[in-house]
Amino acid sequence: MRRAEELFFKTLMILATIVILGSLMMILFAVVKRGLPAMNWDMITKIPSGGFYIGKEGGLLNAIAGSLFIVIGSTFLGLLISIPIVIYINIYLPPKSFLADLTRLSSDVLFGIPSIVYGAFGFTLMVYFGLKTSLLGGIIAVALLITPILIRSMDEVARIIPKDLKDAALSLGATRFEIIKVILKQISPGITTAILLSVGRAIGDAASVLFTAGYTDNIPTSLSEPAATLPLAIFFQLSSPIPEVQDRAYAAALILTFIVLVLSLAARYYSRKFSKNKI
Amino acid sequence: MKTMKYPTEENYYDEVLTIVNDKNKKTMPSSNSNAPHISVRNLNVYIQRNHILKNINLDIPNKSITCIIGPSGCGKTTLLKTFNRLLERSNEIKITGEVLVDGENIHDPHIDITHIRKKMGLLSQRPCPLPMSIYDNIAYGPKIHGTRNRKQLDAIVEKYLNAAGLWDEVKDRLHAPANRLSIGQQQRLCLARGLAVEPEVILGDEATSALDPISSKKIEELFVQLKEEYSIALVTHTLRQAQRIADYIVFMYLGEVVEAGPAAEVFNNPKEKLTREYLSGYFS
Ligand SMILES: Nc1ncnc2c1ncn2[C@@H]1O[C@H](COP(=O)(O)OP(=O)(O)O)[C@@H](O)[C@H]1O
Ligand SMILES: [Mg+2]
Repeated sequence: MRRAEELFFKTLMILATIVILGSLMMILFAVVKRGLPAMNWDMITKIPSGGFYIGKEGGLLNAIAGSLFIVIGSTFLGLLISIPIVIYINIYLPPKSFLADLTRLSSDVLFGIPSIVYGAFGFTLMVYFGLKTSLLGGIIAVALLITPILIRSMDEVARIIPKDLKDAALSLGATRFEIIKVILKQISPGITTAILLSVGRAIGDAASVLFTAGYTDNIPTSLSEPAATLPLAIFFQLSSPIPEVQDRAYAAALILTFIVLVLSLAARYYSRKFSKNKI
Repeated sequence: MKTMKYPTEENYYDEVLTIVNDKNKKTMPSSNSNAPHISVRNLNVYIQRNHILKNINLDIPNKSITCIIGPSGCGKTTLLKTFNRLLERSNEIKITGEVLVDGENIHDPHIDITHIRKKMGLLSQRPCPLPMSIYDNIAYGPKIHGTRNRKQLDAIVEKYLNAAGLWDEVKDRLHAPANRLSIGQQQRLCLARGLAVEPEVILGDEATSALDPISSKKIEELFVQLKEEYSIALVTHTLRQAQRIADYIVFMYLGEVVEAGPAAEVFNNPKEKLTREYLSGYFS
């Protein structure tokens, strides 16, 4: 009986794994199958030329650059907001603090809000300040979107820092400000994971940049110019009735996947390098 | 009596305190001509309204080893943490009475808390190296207290690694991560790290309980050497250890100091029945 039970659950787990891996493989297969034939050097080195919706000329450099700018900018901005928050609720506030719990709860709620809401919120802000759709607008909207992810995943690691470690640093006569460096080193793997998660979310999100960053055929040269993004490039091209243009959407998806892969590998490599001294 | 209040506290305990009298007042005779290094006067500690330390009076004599013994949960760690004010980091703590270090009340609201902590090196139960290299672990303290000169730092690192008997084992890999060391080495590293900020007192909380017998013995020997220059207060989990190294014994039970005095006296001729029972292994 117990053996049957074990067998049952084991089968269930294996099936679940197969479903997950299977869907992932199918998605990758579809992307590669339709995207790869449409891939060529122009795709990643040229901006679109001649009517984007109908055209088959030129490439996606505008969207690649726009996406990278937005991801880098928003991750930077997000870290600038989230690291002080995580430090504050874990070092400065006492262990059972209402404010800390409230912050955690809020970031959980913010985490669940659909990205279109961030887009709309960002857009409202921009209207209020009289800004046009721009790279800056996109960066701000995406930063808002990923900040809860950053806070939550860094907090998970920061919360389990042994009290002994803080006590050890404090008992050397360090102030709370001075132990921040120690804490940051200790949670550096958590920071890497947080960045990875949020980069994945930031680069793949279309809704938050739709109203805020806009779209353009050019590479933005300043923060106030609109910026194209890969998810929107996929969206617009997939909406086209022309099969060749649709194939270009798959090529864009392939590029997106590739960028995420490269960023993940890089983050892993650097996290290993930097967390060498971790306990 | 000085009273510290925390914002979350009401005056709840003031009433309680008037009831507590000094019937338990026990002060250790100081055989040294020196004044005691740490004096505890009528110390009461409440954690979440539980009376954890009850009217503690004791002295930690200068340049000797004082071992604090007692069954687990009797408040030894709490006592040690009040000495360098690490207790207040938790919620709902109320402390009354005085802890005098060199005659200065460390709970005085005007006192610089880092100055107090710098005076005391703390060695915790499990070694807790900072997430950095061996070198940086030692240099961390001196650096935050203002030593920037590389040559000076090098000298400090060598000196205190030597003091902790670790130099020969690690001199070729000073920049390797500290967590690569064995547990016993890590504990000696933590000792060296504590010494590097030039404390006057060393506090140890069951500092050898996580170690193998050989490392444990090394640490014990270090304590015996170090008492020439430092006052040492150790919470010990084994009576044997206390018998080997203690000059003074403080026996605690349920948050109170039951008996305190020179080690030979307490071990050979305990005054209290409770102490006798504890020493004979009647309970632990
Ligand atoms: N942070 C805390 N919150 C609540 N109770 C605590 C806390 N720290 C210690 N105590 C209580 O104080 C008492 C003494 O604990 P401790 O000082 O750790 O004892 P010991 O070190 O002698 O084993 C125990 O009953 C423990 O439950
Ligand atoms: Mg303890």
